[in-house]
Amino acid sequence: MPINNYILLSIALFCIGIVGVLTRRNAIIIFMCIELMLNAVNLLLVAFSKMHAKAALLAGDISGTAGTDGQLFVFFIMVVAAAEVSVGLAIIVMMYRNIHSVDVNFLNRLKH
Amino acid sequence: MQNALQIVYLIPLLPLIGFLINGLGRKYLSKPMIGVIGSGVILASFILSAWVFVQVKGGNTHIAHYFDFISVGDLKIPFAFQIDQLSSLFLLIITGVGFLIHVYSTSYMQEEKTEHFGRYFSYLNLFVFSMLLLVMGANYVIMFIGWEGVGLCSYLLIGYWFKKTEYNKAANKAFIMNRIGDLAFLIAIFWIISRVGNVNFSDVFAVANGEVEFKKFSATDITVITLLLFIGATGKSAQIPLYTWLPDAMAGPTPVSALIHAATMVTAGIYMIARSNVLYSMSHLTMDIVAYVGLATALLAATIALKQNDIKKVLAYSTVSQLGFMFLALGTGAYVAAVFHVMTHAFFKALLFLGSGSVIHAMSGEQDIRNMGGLSKKLKITFWTFVIGCIAIAGIPPFSGFFSKDAILISAFVKSPILYGIALFTALLTAFYMFRLLFITFTGTFRGTHEQEHHLHESPAGMTLPLIVLAILSIIGGFVGVPEVFMHGGDKLSQFLAPVIKPGEIHHVSHSTEYLLMGLSTILVLVMIVAAWFKFRNYQRTEETGFGKVLENKWYVDELYDKIFVQPLHQAGGFFKSVFEGSVIDTLVNGVGKAVNYGSRQLRLLQSGQVGSYVLLMVLSMILIFAVQFFIRK
Amino acid sequence: MNIIQILFWFLSVVAIFSALMVITSKNPVYSVLWLIVTFFSISGHYILLNAQFLAIVNVIVYAGAIMVLFLFVIMLMNLNKETEPQKNRWLKMAGAVAGGCLMLVFVAALKDAGLKDQEAMVNEGDIGLIKNLGKELFTTYVVPFEISSILFLSAMVGAVVIGKKE
Repeated sequence: MPINNYILLSIALFCIGIVGVLTRRNAIIIFMCIELMLNAVNLLLVAFSKMHAKAALLAGDISGTAGTDGQLFVFFIMVVAAAEVSVGLAIIVMMYRNIHSVDVNFLNRLKH
Repeated sequence: MQNALQIVYLIPLLPLIGFLINGLGRKYLSKPMIGVIGSGVILASFILSAWVFVQVKGGNTHIAHYFDFISVGDLKIPFAFQIDQLSSLFLLIITGVGFLIHVYSTSYMQEEKTEHFGRYFSYLNLFVFSMLLLVMGANYVIMFIGWEGVGLCSYLLIGYWFKKTEYNKAANKAFIMNRIGDLAFLIAIFWIISRVGNVNFSDVFAVANGEVEFKKFSATDITVITLLLFIGATGKSAQIPLYTWLPDAMAGPTPVSALIHAATMVTAGIYMIARSNVLYSMSHLTMDIVAYVGLATALLAATIALKQNDIKKVLAYSTVSQLGFMFLALGTGAYVAAVFHVMTHAFFKALLFLGSGSVIHAMSGEQDIRNMGGLSKKLKITFWTFVIGCIAIAGIPPFSGFFSKDAILISAFVKSPILYGIALFTALLTAFYMFRLLFITFTGTFRGTHEQEHHLHESPAGMTLPLIVLAILSIIGGFVGVPEVFMHGGDKLSQFLAPVIKPGEIHHVSHSTEYLLMGLSTILVLVMIVAAWFKFRNYQRTEETGFGKVLENKWYVDELYDKIFVQPLHQAGGFFKSVFEGSVIDTLVNGVGKAVNYGSRQLRLLQSGQVGSYVLLMVLSMILIFAVQFFIRK
Repeated sequence: MNIIQILFWFLSVVAIFSALMVITSKNPVYSVLWLIVTFFSISGHYILLNAQFLAIVNVIVYAGAIMVLFLFVIMLMNLNKETEPQKNRWLKMAGAVAGGCLMLVFVAALKDAGLKDQEAMVNEGDIGLIKNLGKELFTTYVVPFEISSILFLSAMVGAVVIGKKE
């Protein structure tokens, strides 16, 4: 499978995520869009990892470890993402408790 | 015993350490401690210098190269010390006289607060460090560092009592006048670099002597360089036209006047010219100018000194006058005589200044000799040492001043009898004003207040001991340069300095003429002293009139400078302040401020506080960055 | 067109379609559900790339744990209504245009990247198996792995502290 296909797919998912962040006002949906973007990147990393594995194989490297780094990277991204989601959702819950809304437009305190 | 020359770096380093300890610890150290450290480092330097001197006398000279101070392209300026006959002699003078004055200062400055006491000694140590750097440097740049360093210390010490505005003004005056000379010195250094490619004394003199291929000084080069160096020297050594700072510099504590403004710093110019004698000997024009400027300064300062009433001012003008003599010697090619006079002058002028310090101390700060008189009864040691100093400076054999002054007069005579005549006249004036000072101060009846009379006392041992040592030196210091006519091979100084200063063919005077000249000057000086005795032994206060008033007001030179330089500058400054500053600079500065203010007011609208708009901006900037990265950069 | 290609295109279309549905659904609950579909299709891609370990972790962690957390939060706040006030239309348009521009720039950049002849290894190669990844994880990456446990701990403490009523 040409790597370009995977790259294009990832770009598409990533940009959909960005459009979501830009157009929605619901904090939870924005948060979900961020997760979507993270996943697009993960997919790309895995695809690249396999690309390197193939390149190494063609170059005559039979140890078979080329590309593992990329997949482990994805693993760590998931770890961080899980932690991030737990804290992020806690923040959203607190925000809802304080202003009874999850609309980011109410969060204009940065102005002051 | 070769190793004395290996540790020469300790000679300047020790005063620097003393400066750091006293400067940083001035609030924590006790006064005796500060005094011991301040004087001790100088004593150590003196012992090392003496050791080095013995080595050099044995024929060992040395250029100690430590590191490259500046290294740009082909130009390398090493941080190196040159230890030879000339510099080792100056080392002895500086550290020896310096040590005595440090000891003297511990008593003289006793009434200062501990903190200021420490400040004083740290400045003094820094001064000695800079002065040592000046004479030890093996090239013009290191010399210039020391040159600037002594200028700075002079400034700091003149303004030591910084609470008095006029003292600060005197310090500023000294510093600014020195700057004028320093600029010329700096230009001379640049000129040398452009012609020679470096500034080491040995290389420069080799080029001047034509020992180096492809590099040569033209006659113009030599004249310009020597003239510029001489202008530098007029600043530091207080010659016409830059001499007016030295009398004002008497605002500093008296030991400072003795050390900096009589014995060492002001002789830096003579040292520099003596060091560069190879260059100077090649330019007759410069030599003539140096001689005439020196003589004119000597005469002018001597006439002013006739009518001054401040004990330190008299000595200050006397110093200017003696420096003029030294320049006269330099200008007539008698470099050795100039160095000789530097040495003897260091002894007797330091003695006189310290003596005046002792008098001022006894008079509780009074400096006006019209309020003194009859002090010889109370201040016996001070009186007798002062007498010795006066005899030495007047030039009566066999005191030290006689030999050095005689050497200068003879060389002036060789150049032209007219020069000799004026120089002799100036020497007579010297004798007259010095003994006027002596008689007004020490003889007759006391003219001050009763409290002062009651307070009169001889100074403590810390002050009288240096006086005695310097008095002995003033008596015997001349015997290193006994003229050939008295004793064959008696002129040890010339022989010693011969490797650095080539003995010129100046002694064309027959022995009988020389005897005649000496006899003449001695008799006339004695006549002057007797005249002074009759005129001033019972001095009563009188107002000066006519020509005397002109002299008392120093020929109105300060006022003249004020009219010619200071006031036009002030007016120009005022003009620029009111016109240029207001309409151009202010508009510019305020305009920038207003523009920023307006711009930020507009930019503030972007800060909506909406998270969404921030994210949008972020994405837009990301697009921009990617676009630049991938499309525009290629 | 062999089976692998068919699967790739199918999964890609599902992923993009469901992603679009995530950002266009009015009801947040639907968004979550569509996001789960996206994640499943991405997991499918992982399997296609023979990255079985990541595929399973993705399903368990993302589609399982994280999305359930999202659902919980939405239901806790009773947001499962189409009550979201709409953004300013122009701002929405600007957002969409900006996203599109970014995509254009990316694609244009891809043209210059020189990856045309590179291929990803599909349906073969064993680097994605648990055995290989585990060996690497517990040798070379053991320190980051242990540190990530501290990250989890601190995230947990943080979430509790933030979520606690004062």
